[in-house]
Amino acid sequence: MIVKSFVIFAPEGIHARPATALIRLTKNFKSGFSLKKDDKTVRLNSMLNILSLGAKGGDTILIIIEGEDEDDAAKAIDEFFRENLKNM
Amino acid sequence: MKNVNLKINGIGVSPGVSIGKARVIKKHEALITGVLLDSDESIHFEIEKFDNAVQLSLDEIEMIKSNADISIPVESIEILETHSELTSDPQIREDVVEKIKIQKKNANDAVIEVINTAIDIFKNMNDEYMRARSADVQDIGDRILKHLNNSSNAQTKILEDDTILLAEDISPSVALTLDIKHVTGIATSMGAKTSHAAIIARAKNIPVVIGCGEELMAIENDDVIIVDGSEGAVIVNPSKDIVDRYKIKRDEYATQATFLRSLKNLSATTDGTAIKLYANISSGDDLEESFEYGAEGVGLFRTELLFMNRISLPGEEEQFEFYKSAALKSRNKPLTVRTIDIGGDKQVPYLNFPVEQNPFLGYRAIRICLDRKDIFSTQLKAILRASIFGNIRIMLPMISIVQEIRAAKKNLEEAKRELSEKNMAFNKDIQLGIMIEIPSAAITADVLAKEVDFFSIGTNDLCQYTLAVDRMNEKIKELYDPFNPAVLRLINNVIEQGHANNIPVSMCGEMASDPLAVLMLAGMGLRGFSVSAPSIPFVKNILRNNSILKAKEIYQKVMTMDNSNDIRSYLQEVIK
Repeated sequence: MIVKSFVIFAPEGIHARPATALIRLTKNFKSGFSLKKDDKTVRLNSMLNILSLGAKGGDTILIIIEGEDEDDAAKAIDEFFRENLKNM
Repeated sequence: MKNVNLKINGIGVSPGVSIGKARVIKKHEALITGVLLDSDESIHFEIEKFDNAVQLSLDEIEMIKSNADISIPVESIEILETHSELTSDPQIREDVVEKIKIQKKNANDAVIEVINTAIDIFKNMNDEYMRARSADVQDIGDRILKHLNNSSNAQTKILEDDTILLAEDISPSVALTLDIKHVTGIATSMGAKTSHAAIIARAKNIPVVIGCGEELMAIENDDVIIVDGSEGAVIVNPSKDIVDRYKIKRDEYATQATFLRSLKNLSATTDGTAIKLYANISSGDDLEESFEYGAEGVGLFRTELLFMNRISLPGEEEQFEFYKSAALKSRNKPLTVRTIDIGGDKQVPYLNFPVEQNPFLGYRAIRICLDRKDIFSTQLKAILRASIFGNIRIMLPMISIVQEIRAAKKNLEEAKRELSEKNMAFNKDIQLGIMIEIPSAAITADVLAKEVDFFSIGTNDLCQYTLAVDRMNEKIKELYDPFNPAVLRLINNVIEQGHANNIPVSMCGEMASDPLAVLMLAGMGLRGFSVSAPSIPFVKNILRNNSILKAKEIYQKVMTMDNSNDIRSYLQEVIK
């Protein structure tokens, strides 16, 4: 299991657009992804779940990755946040 | 409706005027049937029906996407991606399937319940952006239900010319597929300003008024309607004189809009040199207008407004909200926040600063900030905290010596450290630039350029300090002249040194919008003009109709002239 932590930049929280891209990214891997904010955890395959977490700019979120290709998946997630952080 | 000249007020979200015939879209709401399933077979059948409806919805979204015309902004196409993701959302499917399997509801009822729950979650969020997402959920829910029930889309009816659509709300996908050949205006009884429908309508230049209330839905098909999206009003069955008046308003608006639009996106000279046009603003509320005029960001965000007309200093939270609200509206374009420029002619009574003999040569702007760390630090922290909400840059006014920059940087680092200790987010790479408005700074531009990320030339002060002319003094106002060769040499030096040290140079003083000066400045190498929003199209117009080659010739010629009278008459001649 790999846990990654990110600070959300966009004031509106995780924007619908990067959330869409994030979900599509996870579909490339066999690992399971979940998203945790405070004490709430949701699976990272649902737009509804991601948006309803209500993560706002300045909030810290955790992404939990678990599965046979978790190392590659974690790299891809890092890459994704590096490129998209400004919009998230 | 038989009322004549009935005026309904709402909120204009897409400007312009249109006159046409009403077409009322009544939403046919899918109703809960209350049917309970009684066999495994029917459960299986309902799940399959749901999956099928989802697939048809996805196909339809794909179709809308591929048919979308080019006038639609990219963001709006992107929302279709979001819709398609929401339509196939595994959580929604899981909840629907559970309702079918466990609660024995049919697909129709299950979808309605799941969608309504999701809508409630978004509606109750304490955030306008998230609340507006409930429209997206509603939209995809309606689409799935439509396919579940095989009902035809009410909006596919053939519309007549000059149709004004009236509805409770316009869903994003209806807005995207709007038949703009026929729809010339939209009014809704509900609706949020940030909705995609408003964005799309603006891109298509269709006037829109939202939030008209229930009264709107009493209008009948074929009533004559005027939609005034600039004023935010709907007029039902107008009399002839009112129609005539609005026709004039409509045509005036259209002419102006065409002119502005023709200038909006391109700001390059005829030989392709890109030049950025920025707006000078005093509050986040000015941003919408700035973008309408084609601003590519903000070159000067004055913060004095926050400090004037009150009895004590604004605290960090209040300042943070002020900068944040501007950042939120800044579309991620550069937003250059100038730290307080008080003193001089801008006095703040509650600070009780002593009266000075020469306030313009006295305790003002950065000099106050470096002396009163409490004031400066509060402002820096508030700006830093807002910096995660947009592309904020910090600009220091009235820099005269390099030590001031170094001291300010120390304060900035200190502010960052304090925020980090409190675990508060900010952009740690925030850019720091300075105003060049004091001759000593202009002369030592080569030194200062090594310390900062950008320069912005303030011509008003630069001119009065260089020429020793009080620009408020009527008796000597003739001497106040930005075309004086001394001022031009200083400006030229700043631009040259900026280029030599690879930092961008822009100008935010009045000279930047002076038609006489624009080409000469471009010839010097100025690539950023920050002016009042309404001036943007005019500056742009000059730049677009000339080549950088010509601008350079003008500049070279001007630099050989020895007085401003000759320079002015030469410029007048050459820009005709």
